[in-house]
Amino acid sequence: MPPILAYLLSGFLLFAAPAAETIGGTLTQGGPAGDPVPGVVLAVSDTAGFSGTAITAADGSWEAALPGPGTYRVALDVSTLPEGVALRDPDRSVLEGVEVRAGQHKSVVFALGERLVDTAGWATRLLNLAVKGLIYGSIVSLAAVGLSLIFGVTGLVNFAHGEVVTFGAVVAWYFNASTVGPGLHLLWAVLPTLALAALLGGSLERGLFRPLRRRRTGNIALIVVSIGLSLLVRHIYLILVGGASLTYRQYAVQPQISLGPVTVAPKDLIITLAALAALAALGLILRHTRLGTAMRAVADNKDLAEASGISVDRVILYTWALGAALAGLAGIFLGTTQTVQWDMGFVLLLTMFAAVILGGIGTAYGAAVGGLIIGVATEASTFWLPVEFKVVVALAVLILVLMVRPQGIFGVKERVG
Amino acid sequence: MDFVEILASSLRSAVGVPAAAYALAAIGLNVHFGYTGLLNFGQVAFMLVGAYGTAVTVNEGGPLWLGLLVGIGAAVVLGLLLGIPTLRLRTDYLAIVTIATAEILRYVTRSRALEPLTGGVFGIQKFADPFFALNPIPPGRYGFGTFNFGHRQLWVMAVGWLLVALVLLLLTVLLRSPWGRVLKAIREDEDAARSLGKNVFAYKIQSLVLGGVIGAFAGMLLAIETQAVNPDTFISILTFFAYTVLILGGPGRILAPVVGAVIFWFLLQFTDGFLRGALEAGWLGGVLEGNEVAAVRFALVGLGLMLLMILRPQGILGSREELLTDER
Repeated sequence: MPPILAYLLSGFLLFAAPAAETIGGTLTQGGPAGDPVPGVVLAVSDTAGFSGTAITAADGSWEAALPGPGTYRVALDVSTLPEGVALRDPDRSVLEGVEVRAGQHKSVVFALGERLVDTAGWATRLLNLAVKGLIYGSIVSLAAVGLSLIFGVTGLVNFAHGEVVTFGAVVAWYFNASTVGPGLHLLWAVLPTLALAALLGGSLERGLFRPLRRRRTGNIALIVVSIGLSLLVRHIYLILVGGASLTYRQYAVQPQISLGPVTVAPKDLIITLAALAALAALGLILRHTRLGTAMRAVADNKDLAEASGISVDRVILYTWALGAALAGLAGIFLGTTQTVQWDMGFVLLLTMFAAVILGGIGTAYGAAVGGLIIGVATEASTFWLPVEFKVVVALAVLILVLMVRPQGIFGVKERVG
Repeated sequence: MDFVEILASSLRSAVGVPAAAYALAAIGLNVHFGYTGLLNFGQVAFMLVGAYGTAVTVNEGGPLWLGLLVGIGAAVVLGLLLGIPTLRLRTDYLAIVTIATAEILRYVTRSRALEPLTGGVFGIQKFADPFFALNPIPPGRYGFGTFNFGHRQLWVMAVGWLLVALVLLLLTVLLRSPWGRVLKAIREDEDAARSLGKNVFAYKIQSLVLGGVIGAFAGMLLAIETQAVNPDTFISILTFFAYTVLILGGPGRILAPVVGAVIFWFLLQFTDGFLRGALEAGWLGGVLEGNEVAAVRFALVGLGLMLLMILRPQGILGSREELLTDER
């Protein structure tokens, strides 16, 4: 059969059977034109219980048949990669939320790079990890401070705080990169995003949590309400932006620069500095402005603050707005250094809790320092432990602190039992 | 849209194995939250150790009964490990620690370091054949119309709901005993219970372990039904589904988890069928795509949980008077 005929025939066959969805791709080493990597095992599964596997052929291609359209999860079994070949980003061995439409032959990409030969000494590697940790930690701090402030003035452990972080990232993505958005430059998208995040925080307080406080709803009930809110809002994001990773139009890919022994992307450097500056500004606000003093007074003793003429409700409202704006900023930063995803804030939530509890729940400075420590500790742990244990390290720190010093580093010792 | 079929599939869900498993998970939470006032946000961790205890033991060559025992033992150990450091702390701390522990366990289970034992991200399959070999129901489908079940499914369902009944029976006896009354006293006022000379800490630990073992039963049931365990099944949303089930029924009521689970799964499946039907009929006009129906379901569960907690925290069966959540 002439090749052209075979081509047409295969095209016809594809058309004739549009319902057979597949996921597939080609594994090559070092870019699309590189050497194929055969014999690698991939697993495709979904939440309904389907699971299938595929092995890459001699030309590096693989394909797995699917039971139907839906959202799938593709995992590359890293242990089946040949010696000397590794994922370019070791965190991306599993792709979550791969959406397959009816009849689609979805292709997914696992970027492989050559295994980096560690020529650098251990000190340099540890230093680089510490810098990575500071970048991540400054974002965690920024997000966690709001959580801690809101707990301070209301006593609410807000499980929906992660969704405020995602809100910032997603709204900025809408302004910046969405096809139906205005297409602003990312820097111009920051201010309106923060305003909307503050508005969201204020509305949550005015529309939901203040009425509940008035009804004397207990703290446990409020926690459960915040859990429900988190579930609701998170899945609204999923419906709106889908399960895939999104990037901003600017700063998505940036070559790294070397500063002495440290290699870092300029955007990460600027984000870290901006986050630290925002935290410093918050510290000044808390120390030197009337609002900041009032916040600290309410956090310290609500009744006493009320009695001395502070409008407690207004202070709580401003705290919500401020905390939400900071979380929104953290979301934009996280979306810039990594990617925007519908559940990014929820994934961050437990790390935020770790930061808040490490620093001492209710104290703003504590949450900031706690975030930095958690960031550095998790990144530095990859020096000894596999990358997949990063979150485990953060959570282990959280549990250890609660066992040894439940009031945190900066908290005042009191009975919390 | 075929309403009869949607109704039939919703009814199938309401009495199916997942409903029984969620009932068990929620019964465990009822012991923790409804009777003792412990905010355990890591129920899924108990389900995970139950399921993996069974699957790993069988996979390593042990018999199924040993696997079930290992699952129960693992849940006891987890309850002690969780409880001893945290039960002296305030309730919201317990919530954070338990959810963190559940996530740690999931990450460790799916890690490559443990892949020889747990199968890593791929999990373990086909370990419950001995269970199905015991099936006394002759092969075939049973039921009427589209409301029918295969013999394997029916067997798991029967065992599952029997387990629910046994656990409820045991709990009724336990909770009516002096031991149960101390639990309720702790829920109402911990300090008062302590001032009467009760060892509050010991009672809380016992409650955590008991509810955790019941949660492990739920995990085993789910694992046996699908003959598969995968770490990413055991995400924290499962815990919150169980909470929704419990609060729907009414925390602190013995039958609440069963009522809650049946209604929850009926509504969940009904929404799903209705949305898919509406989608096929073109009523949604491109607002929603097929793969978004699942997300809508989750969002509605979240909304339901919020509204229940705000408007009717005592659920269907509970009473306002006996309620732990107000004015604390």
